[in-house]
Amino acid sequence: MTRRGASAGPTPGLCARASRGDPEWNTDRGWQTQVEAQGRQGKVSGGDVRGVRLYWCRLARRPAALVGTVVFLTIVLLAAIGPTISPYPPNEQDAEAPLEAPSGRHFFGTDQFGRDVFSRVLSGARGVVTVSGLGTAMAVAIGVFSGLFAGYQRGVRSEIITRVYDLLLCIPSLLLAMVLIASVGPSKVNIVLVVGILYTPNVGRVVRSVVLDLKSKEFVEAAKARKERRGYILFREILPNTLGPLMVESAMRFSYSIFLVASLGFLGLGVQPPASDWGLMVSDARDFLQLAPWMLLFPSAAIAALVIATNLMSDGLRQITAPAGSAG
Amino acid sequence: MLRVSDLSIEYTTEQAVLPAVRDVSLDLANGESLGIVGESGSGKSTLVMGALRYLPANGRVVAGSVHLKDQDLGELSAADLRRVWGGQVGIVYQNPLGALNPSMTVGRQLREVATWHLNMNKRQGDNLAREMLTKVSMPDPDSVLKRYPHQLSGGMLQRCIIAMALMTRPALLVMDEPTTALDVTTQAVVLDLIEELKAEFDAAILYITHDLGVVARICDRIAVMYAGEVVEIATTRELFARPRHPYSLRLLGCIPHFDLGPQKRSLLTIPGTIPRVNDLPPGCVFAPRCTFAHEQCLAASPPLVDIGAGRSSACLRWAEVPDLIDVAHSETDVLGRRSEEVPGTADLLVTADVCVDFKASGRSLEWRRHKGRVRAVGGVSAFLKLGQTLGVVGESGSGKTTFARAIIGLTERSDGSVRLRGHELAPGLEARSPQAVRDMSMVFQNPDASLNPRHTVGQAVGRPLSLFRRLRGKALEGEIERLLHVVQLPSDYRGRYPGELSGGEKQRVAIARACAADPAIVLCDEPLSALDVSVQGALMNLLMRLQSQMGTSFLFISHDLSAVQHMSDWIAVMYLGKIMELGPTAEVMRPPFHPYTEALLSAVPVADPDAVQEGIRLSGAVPSATHVPPGCRFHPRCPRCLGDQCRVEEPPWRAVAATHWVYCHILPEELASNQFGIREGHAASQREET
Repeated sequence: MTRRGASAGPTPGLCARASRGDPEWNTDRGWQTQVEAQGRQGKVSGGDVRGVRLYWCRLARRPAALVGTVVFLTIVLLAAIGPTISPYPPNEQDAEAPLEAPSGRHFFGTDQFGRDVFSRVLSGARGVVTVSGLGTAMAVAIGVFSGLFAGYQRGVRSEIITRVYDLLLCIPSLLLAMVLIASVGPSKVNIVLVVGILYTPNVGRVVRSVVLDLKSKEFVEAAKARKERRGYILFREILPNTLGPLMVESAMRFSYSIFLVASLGFLGLGVQPPASDWGLMVSDARDFLQLAPWMLLFPSAAIAALVIATNLMSDGLRQITAPAGSAG
Repeated sequence: MLRVSDLSIEYTTEQAVLPAVRDVSLDLANGESLGIVGESGSGKSTLVMGALRYLPANGRVVAGSVHLKDQDLGELSAADLRRVWGGQVGIVYQNPLGALNPSMTVGRQLREVATWHLNMNKRQGDNLAREMLTKVSMPDPDSVLKRYPHQLSGGMLQRCIIAMALMTRPALLVMDEPTTALDVTTQAVVLDLIEELKAEFDAAILYITHDLGVVARICDRIAVMYAGEVVEIATTRELFARPRHPYSLRLLGCIPHFDLGPQKRSLLTIPGTIPRVNDLPPGCVFAPRCTFAHEQCLAASPPLVDIGAGRSSACLRWAEVPDLIDVAHSETDVLGRRSEEVPGTADLLVTADVCVDFKASGRSLEWRRHKGRVRAVGGVSAFLKLGQTLGVVGESGSGKTTFARAIIGLTERSDGSVRLRGHELAPGLEARSPQAVRDMSMVFQNPDASLNPRHTVGQAVGRPLSLFRRLRGKALEGEIERLLHVVQLPSDYRGRYPGELSGGEKQRVAIARACAADPAIVLCDEPLSALDVSVQGALMNLLMRLQSQMGTSFLFISHDLSAVQHMSDWIAVMYLGKIMELGPTAEVMRPPFHPYTEALLSAVPVADPDAVQEGIRLSGAVPSATHVPPGCRFHPRCPRCLGDQCRVEEPPWRAVAATHWVYCHILPEELASNQFGIREGHAASQREET
């Protein structure tokens, strides 16, 4: 006689039993059948855990994404509280102690002017995170609006928007950024604008593809049959459904924009000295590579850490929001 | 030949282990056909695939054994198992297009079976392939062999797959819902084929389906499954005459029968929902929904016992399970009278010669010939009376959905007029008055896509209320609750998202949303097609109750003739964009019929093994609107085609009675003399007597 009553499998604690590997629900015929079956007759819900707890559960099971998220949040936190915890003001020069190796006094050593590298990295974090964050936010804002309209309307205007996207995507981003910054001059505002313009097409494409997919769905038809205005349909019916892919794409764009901002700084097109921009620090460090490798090492490591962490985080976001089934 | 003993299968998922199939024992003799019937989630596919050891990565057999011809399948190695699958088992799947490799010709795929499993060379393989295609009555087998799967129609593809499955003369043929994706007339042809092949090939057949009508035709014995267990096994005749398990009883009661009486009865429903497989009740798995349950039923799960004469039942009280007729009589009520010609009933909606053209895209020669347009609906004139239901029946390509969309304005009509209460409606929505927009709403086929996944039920239902009836605050909440109550959903569903609801519940929400603004007409576009049998019955009851309470008129579109005739006062039969027959339900279902109606009635599977249907079969496939034949558009497939007259001249719209029209050249008297429709068996006539 088989077991009955309470589920045959244990459901201990927050996350039920771990599974071998990571079953991709979409391709899992067995689960799909059950979900469909329960979808047609019983309740769908993924099980005993749902909503935010479900996401938490899935995140916990993906170490890479967890690490990425933790590192990302740490860096953002440090960027925020940077000035209060830096041991030295970032621009304070100490003629007595140039090019000192990392030690108890200077965690990351000093540069050629005796400035504390650790403090400069902390203050640089603030610059990078702010500029990238604002640039990404701008890209998301413009991308969402243009993507919604490009996807929904069929006609000349949406074709134009889509072709503009294609154009911007064709040109190598760093090259375009260089050209733009060179023409308008390097300043924080300009960099934010450039990042925004450069990454709008990526966001716009993602939103547009979701809109194209949802346009023919019956709930949109039902709204049309109620003679709802276009604005209502786009913003109240369709937009909420784009949030998943949008979040993922935004995180990815953030990661790319950090790299872009750092590259611009490296090329001297970012914020100007004596500001402590990571890219600029890396560039300066080239001349002292043999004497003081720590000048290169720590800013590069910081850039790498933030980019990789954001990447892992966005990958994790994609995985935990992607599975088929429950929207709630 | 096939012996399944105490088989249990589990699926391992992220959240829990699901015991999908529990303790199933079946026997299948040589040459016998066993139907496995159940709704979704009953585990029928899992059972069969598990028995063959063909489960996905996270499924496994945890107990029991399966013996195919005395060979224990559990003990075979992977290589041996593959040999068994190829050589002794043939499988026919639900989706014919998905079962064939799109990049290889059909001939090559058939040949592959021969060369792999039968050790033939290419030429012998080709010959065998041709022979098999001839056996499955494929017209012009040579040309079919050279074609790719996407160039063939669904019916032809399914025949190819059956040919492929039978090539190795398997001992066991497994058919997993092979005709569900096909049109009714095509389905009838394929079922005919299966019956013929049964006799010729002497293979044992395992037929999985949810459709009791199909099972009544094809299968010798039936096993009814519920939530992973087999609850009853009986011969077909015995099961339909006197089911011995409460679930089988109720399942039979959910099916609308062809009843031409003047009353509209409700259907039996099964209260509650199928239990989640990881949350099963102790005791009998059906007990929570069973009206005959006792304490003993709740204590321990009843095993499947032999109750004599080869029957088995998993009910402790099998001997006391009443007759279906008694239960139906006591638990269903009359929901209204089928209105025939009620003098003075106003025509609420009248359409005259509505045409819908689509611009053809692409520049191939075909399109140019048609001057760049496809006429999906070619002149439909119909009417909908106040408080009544017009049922529109047709197969794919008949234009019924397009017609409904043209009425509501989602698709702009190219010609003709639509009048609501005498006022002409504009083709598109923008030009319509707010009152006209409010007066019509639509319920769609796909419950998953009908609701916005990011809106709660309350938001979905509340939108028409706030938009059309301008309700706010407390009044709005109160009205939402009332609507949920009307569609029999608990009021705490307001805060739920569609992802948390079942298909039937989602459709109820869609119906609530459609009725929220008190429309005069609700257009239902195949609202039941995606749902299980018992859920269909419950929703049909709901719609009929709504009509009698609120006086709404329905335009009910479906390909399912039995559902349509159950719910409708009037029926319109559509084919390729035109109405072939229009009249009151009772008259349309009785001779004289239009030949197409006659063919539909012959083809529809009736859940009664004793029913007698005319054996009219249509040749060819359901055509598409790009190639409308001249003259009477039905003439290429019409078994009663008169010849040149039908080929050249368009038929007249002939009145057979005061409100019954047939679009045919043949005179009604001639039609009436040699048609008889469906004659139901003993059980049905008993029902009519009560």
